Amino acid sequence: MQLLTPDGDRIDKVTWSDGTEYRVDFTDEEYRGLYRDLVLVRKLDAEATALQRQGELGIWASLLGQEAAQVGSGRALRTQDMAFPTYREHGVLYCRGIDPIMPLGLFRGVDLGGWDPNEFKFNMYTIVIGAQTLHATGYAMGVNMDGRTGTDDGEAVIAYFGDGASAQGDVNEAFIWASVFNAPMVFFCQNNQYAISEPLERQTRIPLYQRAAGFGFPGVRVDGNDVLATYAVTRAALDNARHGQGPTLIEAYTYRMGAHTTTDDPTRYRIASEVEAWQAKDPIARVRTFLTKQGIADDAFLAEVDEQAKQEALRLRERVLEMPDPEPLTMFDNVFPHGSPEVDAQRELTARYMDSFEGSAH
Amino acid sequence: MATETLTLGKALNRGLRRALESDPKVIIMGEDVGKLGGVFRITDSLQKDFGENRVIDTPLAESGIIGTAVGLSIRGYRPICEIQFDGFVYPAYDQIVSQVAKMHYRSQGKVKVPIVIRIPFGGGIGAVEHHSESPEAYFAHTAGLKVVACATPQDAYTMIQQAVASDDPIVFFEPKRRYHEKGLVDLDAPLGDAYPLHAARVVRPGRDATLLAYGPMVRTALEAAAAAEEDGRDLEVIDLRTLSPLDLGLVYESVRRTGRCVVVHEAPGNLGLGSEIAARITEECFYFLEAPVLRVTGFDTPYPAARLEEDYLPNLDRVLDGVDRTFGW
Repeated sequence: MQLLTPDGDRIDKVTWSDGTEYRVDFTDEEYRGLYRDLVLVRKLDAEATALQRQGELGIWASLLGQEAAQVGSGRALRTQDMAFPTYREHGVLYCRGIDPIMPLGLFRGVDLGGWDPNEFKFNMYTIVIGAQTLHATGYAMGVNMDGRTGTDDGEAVIAYFGDGASAQGDVNEAFIWASVFNAPMVFFCQNNQYAISEPLERQTRIPLYQRAAGFGFPGVRVDGNDVLATYAVTRAALDNARHGQGPTLIEAYTYRMGAHTTTDDPTRYRIASEVEAWQAKDPIARVRTFLTKQGIADDAFLAEVDEQAKQEALRLRERVLEMPDPEPLTMFDNVFPHGSPEVDAQRELTARYMDSFEGSAH
Repeated sequence: MATETLTLGKALNRGLRRALESDPKVIIMGEDVGKLGGVFRITDSLQKDFGENRVIDTPLAESGIIGTAVGLSIRGYRPICEIQFDGFVYPAYDQIVSQVAKMHYRSQGKVKVPIVIRIPFGGGIGAVEHHSESPEAYFAHTAGLKVVACATPQDAYTMIQQAVASDDPIVFFEPKRRYHEKGLVDLDAPLGDAYPLHAARVVRPGRDATLLAYGPMVRTALEAAAAAEEDGRDLEVIDLRTLSPLDLGLVYESVRRTGRCVVVHEAPGNLGLGSEIAARITEECFYFLEAPVLRVTGFDTPYPAARLEEDYLPNLDRVLDGVDRTFGW
């Protein structure tokens, strides 16, 4: 499913094999907004990678190459919808209007990424692969139980995961539960072709979107480097879910242009020509070409977006450097809502131990 | 005041009913918990009375039960998850240990997952493999989980309600071989006045040695104490009730009086609850001890075939043998 070719040409509409017709109807301003999102998300991501290289982050999981999949799906969410990310959904986070500094505490090692999912309608990052798809499905069951589906303003839930996660038991269980309980779910798989070093062929023998049929709900494959198509497909799936029509699996076919994380070395397992071939399908270049060709954006606009991205990245950098290390005794906080005498005793002993060094050579 | 004689299983059922009545966000989910009422009938009639949205027959997938309970908790629900048998909890282990246990911590207190995970545990019912295990140490070892075990119908009735009312995630162990044993249960006592959930209790005062037990072994320990009385030994029996956090204040006080202590559990001895308890008693009561703290436990073998379980499980004679050894020191 594609609505914008790598050469920047618009396809008016596409009819999927199940008869669904996909199209988008954006104003010029909205097109420019999507472009701005894509550029900003890439720039902030690059800044985080640079911060890791300079020792300011412990690790970073870059989204390079997956900007369209994340911005397209992220912008398709309505305010009331809930998202359950992996640890790479920085672009979706940005589209939810969340301060991009939020996940950097996790990667810097000053916290465990603790924001309030209900405040932002965006769950905490989940690192154990696939576990969040069950959380999302449970949340979506709750939406049903609350009677919050079946209308235009109903709620839908999206779970992000990858091609590697598709092999996890939890993901397959989530498919079953969502199907059986007709949960208002969108399973959004960013197939970026690699689970660290392992290629897609190690996870599946059939296209991932076709798995949905076996679980009893529709599956659709979309060009994950096409922000328009990703938006159209996700919006339609979310709207189906909120109207009580149950789950959809979306396979956003994309490519992880960078390493799995900053500790990874992709040259050990993939060839340069493959990366170059995907470079030609870049998700941002095609939007820029389209905007320019159609006269929706001029050079001044493109320069202004670049400048904004530069400034936001700079601000992000400054704030990361200012992040304080947590006080040691905070490690004992929040183990339980109601506390624990055992943890309290350990906090007390540790405090006394630390105090014993005060004024000493330490 | 309505006091009734109930089996432990029925007391749990009544406790669950009260939990469902007291808060519309409380739900029960698990395999066969609906029409069947659970394989042990602990949820008998609850789906009929509270509906399929409150008492949910789930697909046969333990990780799914706990994983979706996490999402339901984020949505504001208070799930009670039934794991059908002790040996079937392991498919859900990641969701319990990595997700349920850590949500509150990771979120710096912003996310609560008030989930109760009910697990019938222990042997003695002649079951096939994977139906008689005692996995409590795995969960007691995990920060962020609270772990309790009930031993009597009254405690079953009260503790399950306290666990549901708590915002902490709680693994709730039920002594399956005691499901059919009866006791008096005060059904109307206000929960606020009840004995605290995370507290041990002296169930038989004594002077000569301290016996520690929980779940199914509490009755075994009491029987051993009755038998020891005939030999002129007065044993104190303490029901630990809370396995994480442990509540050992009473235990220290007891051991300082008796100088002797035997810990009894069905779970294998190696790195079991008894090991931790023995270490802590040694740290707190060292100068009062007349003998090392001894353990009478299941063996470090897989749970054996049912025809061997009477030899595997601590029983009255093995407990008394342990007591004898502390006096022979």
